[in-house]
Parts: sequence; C-alpha cells; structure tokens
Amino acid sequence: MNEPMLEIKNLKKYFPVLRGWRQEKSFVRAVDGVSLSIARGETLGLVGESGCGKTTVGRLVLKLIEPTGGEILFEGKNLASLDRKEIHPLRQAFQIIFQDPFASLNPRMTVSEIVARPMEIHGLVEHAQRNDRTIRLLESVGLRPEHLTRYPHEFSGGQRQRIGIARALATQPKLIVADEPTSALDVSVQAQILNLLKQLQNDLGLTYLFISHNIGVIRHISDRVAVMYLGKVVEMAEKKMIFGSPSHPYTKALLAAVPSLDPRKKREDVILEGDVPSPMNPPSGCRFHTRCRYALPKCYDEEPFFHQVEEGRWIACHL
Amino acid sequence: MGTLLSIKNLKTHFYSAGKTVRALDGVTFEIEEGGAYGLVGETGCGKSVTALSILRLIPSPPGRIVDGEIRFKGRDILRLSEDEMRSTRGKEISMIFQEPMTSLNPVFRIGDQMAEVIMLHQRLERSRATENAVRMLERVHIPDATRVVRQFPHQLSGGMRQRVMIAMELSCHPSLLIADEPTTALDVTIQAQILQLIKEMKKELHTSILLITHDLGIVAEMCDRVAVMYAGSIVEEASVEEIFEHPQHPYSQGLWGAIPHIDEEKKTLAVIPGMVPDLSNPPAGCKFHPRCRFRFDPCDKLPPPLFQVSPSHFVSCYLYGEARAHE
Repeated sequence: MNEPMLEIKNLKKYFPVLRGWRQEKSFVRAVDGVSLSIARGETLGLVGESGCGKTTVGRLVLKLIEPTGGEILFEGKNLASLDRKEIHPLRQAFQIIFQDPFASLNPRMTVSEIVARPMEIHGLVEHAQRNDRTIRLLESVGLRPEHLTRYPHEFSGGQRQRIGIARALATQPKLIVADEPTSALDVSVQAQILNLLKQLQNDLGLTYLFISHNIGVIRHISDRVAVMYLGKVVEMAEKKMIFGSPSHPYTKALLAAVPSLDPRKKREDVILEGDVPSPMNPPSGCRFHTRCRYALPKCYDEEPFFHQVEEGRWIACHL
Repeated sequence: MGTLLSIKNLKTHFYSAGKTVRALDGVTFEIEEGGAYGLVGETGCGKSVTALSILRLIPSPPGRIVDGEIRFKGRDILRLSEDEMRSTRGKEISMIFQEPMTSLNPVFRIGDQMAEVIMLHQRLERSRATENAVRMLERVHIPDATRVVRQFPHQLSGGMRQRVMIAMELSCHPSLLIADEPTTALDVTIQAQILQLIKEMKKELHTSILLITHDLGIVAEMCDRVAVMYAGSIVEEASVEEIFEHPQHPYSQGLWGAIPHIDEEKKTLAVIPGMVPDLSNPPAGCKFHPRCRFRFDPCDKLPPPLFQVSPSHFVSCYLYGEARAHE
C-alpha cells in the first residue's frame, strides 16, 4: 500500500444525552476508538448494521462534527486540531455524497446553482467560465446541458443522485465520502450509479470512503473493507480476504446472513441471536461477546486490541 | 395439492387529475396450497397493489379494481360482501407490512392489540385471547412473552416488532400470509432471523406465502415460484431454480445482471437503459420495448402473451413466441 491519503487514529465521538427526570447526563458512544487508513486512489468500504457508527465516522472525517478524541490525518495534516476557519480552505479536497437524494438538494435552487455553489464558495472559477464548467460537470455524470435551469423535483431519484455527485466533483476533490449513495434507489438505477462512481474514480483518480449496509454493493465497489460493530471496527482487510476467508465471528455472521442468489444453496446455520446492544451502555470486554458463539471467558471483561494478524488484515478479537 | 389462490387478468386502476394510471394491467397467477410465491420487481411495478387488491384494501377513490377475478379457496373474492370480506381478512388471509412501527398501534399494549384480533375472529374472551397471544409470542421466539404483552410497540426493537406482527397475523392460522417487504426495514442479521421464522411458521402452520420483495436473494431463499413484474404486468413466471439459472425476459436478465452480489464479482454491472414508463401513458405493445435491446417487429404493436418455454416457465416476450421461431 502506498502513502495513505487519510489516516484516522483512535477516533472517538460521544453524543451527550440527558436521561430520566433528573436529566442525568450520559453518552452514546457512537464511535469509540476507530483506526483506519485509506490509500490514494483506493476505495475503502465501511460496512455495518444501523447504529454501528459508520455514518458518524464519515461525518467526522469531513469534520462536519467535532470528534471527542483521536486524530484525523488528511495528507499528513491533523484535521481534528484545526478550527473552522483553518479547515475551510482544505474542504475543497474532500466532499460528500449523501444517502437521500431528495433531502440533500435544496428544492429552491436550480441544478446550475446547486452544482456551481461549491465553486463560488471556494472561489475556484471566474464568473465567465462558471457555466462552461458546470455543463462539463453535468456531462461527466451523464446529465445534459438543458438540465441546468431545472429544479430538483423535476428529476428521478437516480438523476438527483447524479446531481449530488456533480456537486461533490465541483471542487475537484481528492477524497469523497459516499454515505449510502444508492440505498434509496432501485437495483437497476443503483447499478448505473455504481458504474458511474467506478468510472469517475478511474478517470479522476478519486479516493472513496464508501459507507453502506449493503454487503453486495460493498463487495462490488471496494478495494478494502472495514467492518464496524457498535462503534468499533472489528475487522479490516483486503476485499478478497474479507469475502474469501472472513476471520472475525461478526464478519462471518454478517456475510452468512446475506441471502444467496442461488436457490439451491442452503444457508449455513450461523444466524446471529438477539439484537445489537445499546451504544449507550455497551457490553464490557469485547462488545460482540453477547452474541458471539465462540466467546471465551476473557471476552467478557478484556477488550480485544485491534491488531494486524497477517499482511493486509487487521482484527479485534481474542480468538 | 390444490390451488389456494388464483388471480386472472386482474386490472386495478387509479384515477387522478383526469388521468388513468394502470397500476395493474392484467395480472394472472396461481398460488398452490402450501406454496411460497415470490413477486419481484422495482418500485412502482405493481407488487404492493397486487397484495392490496387481494385483500380488497385498494383505497377507493382514487383506486378501483376494474376487471379480473381473484379466487381464494374457490370463492371469488371480488364478489364477497363487505362483511364476508372482513371475516376473511386477518382470519384466512393476513398481511405483514414493511414497516412494523407504523403497522402496530402506538397507544395500545402489544397484548391488547393481539387479543383484539383473536377475540374478533375466534370469539374468545379477553383472558383466553391474551393467553393465546402469549403462546403465539412464545412461538415466534420472543423471550419473556408475559412481559412483552404488557409493553408498547416503541419499547421493542424493529426485529421484535416484526416478530410481534408475525405472531399477530398467524394467531388465527390463516391459509395465506402476504408478506410485503417484511424485512426491508431491518438489518441483515435481523432479516436472517425473521426469514428463518417465516419459514418455520410456514412449515408448522401449513400457511401459504405470497412474498413481495425487491431483493432477489430473499426470493431465492424463501420461494418455490417467482413472478417478475414490470409496469403493472407479469413479464416472466417460473420455478425459482429455472428463473435464477436462466432468466429469459430481457427485463429479468437486466434485473439479474444489475445486482452487485456477495457470491460473485462482476466488473461492471449490467444497466437497463432508460426509465420506467409513466403508467398513465404506457407505451403500446410490450411495455418494456422502449428499453429493450432485442426489440423487433411485433414488440411495439400488441402486448405479448405469456409463451411457455418449459413445463413450468412462462415468458411474456415475442423472442420466445412462434413469430420468432418462424423467422
């Protein structure tokens, strides 16, 4: 792996909540000590179930929310220690694509305003070239110049997602955080968007942090995959390793839970029992021990380190 | 094994703003007793409208079943009186919905909601009905069922709520369970639990299942027959093995090719060009023809009938018709 573009170390985000009639303060530990790195030009897939903290990681990386602790090194600079003003000029290098193409576009702005806005904010183009550049952006995502003057409601979900992608590309970013960009879309439209994202990555050398709960999508788009459970990364490895020989018991269970497309194939019997525990009061020791079929006595009170077990694979498990 | 439900040429239309939306445009299929039938397709293809039509729950206005026949255990559902229909719903045919939070009433305790259904259909007293409810909750593997009957829906997790829904719907031992995207709102590990539960219940209670989903993996796991819907019509129908091995209709092929899947890697995903047609003004002939790369002469003139390509495999496409064979 070459020089990492983004490296996060022991990243934490606790959200305060007030509970009970006494309004006692407690914390939801949404992200609780996550470390990972993304190399230039690669796609890291971040997968996990709802509430595991994957979206929070995405927002922290972009500094849309302030971390409680840890470091975010973007090309060597620690974003966690910078304030709003200092971070502003850096923002053009990292952008986001949101999940909901209906909520993430301002309904009162035309497509050209939406796409040109990031360029204005960062003062990237002269007024005269703005239109040209916007048209080129739209064309690169498969929209046409006549779409410029239309409003978001005139478009289908897939087309709106294309507008969102054009907006993210407007500042010529290096890193794009894609937070469930296709989960609101039908499979045939999802295929178009995934193909587009791959092609843009090829053409522009983009780096993606791709967040999704859809394991098929993660397998398709990622080079490496990190699996999250209750605010922690439990396994991170090359895609081939994750899907060929998953190592952490949670990864195994997660992959086994996905229905196969082969009707003759019978599901192996590794269905996880129970629900995900609350991140407000996570289990002691390994957070997965309450549902893990291999749990050892020490899993109950000793938290496993996230460590490298072989070339290209990191894991947090006592086994 | 006989036929439990047979639908012939069902047409459900919606009328709004002077336009007629042909949500179902002649749907025909049959569910065997004890069978599990999968209905797949993308948003707006008419899967859910089919389910609501079977239960006669199409909101009217704007909707109306304009033509066709729905025979359930030999009786034509469309000719039942509203009273007869009410005793069929929930007792003989029940339905679980996608969002378990919105289908449970937030202001009633779980036990009371379940008891109401049982009291209504089985004419039991409240205390007996509540006992039944507890037994049913235990059957769907809810731990501590006596406590859960006193809880409210918001106190349960999504997976638990869906278990409650399943317990409620199966408490009167219906012959047909319609499951409309029963796991779409759930995480995969919870989805696996719920699918397992539905399979188990089907076996124990001999309930037939109509499963509506956009997830082909779920169909492969659960169903024995599958119909693919597009723009209000069934374009292909076959046994689950045949359709997964050889999808024949160009739309089915596109759909299967578009799925990024965990079992195999594809370099690029197949893409179906264009968009789903506007059902108030659908294209003439085969509704898929504007997006189809194999279209030829007859496609834009007459809607294709279902052609039989093997004893249990039907495709509504001229590629498999005699017209093509003679060329």
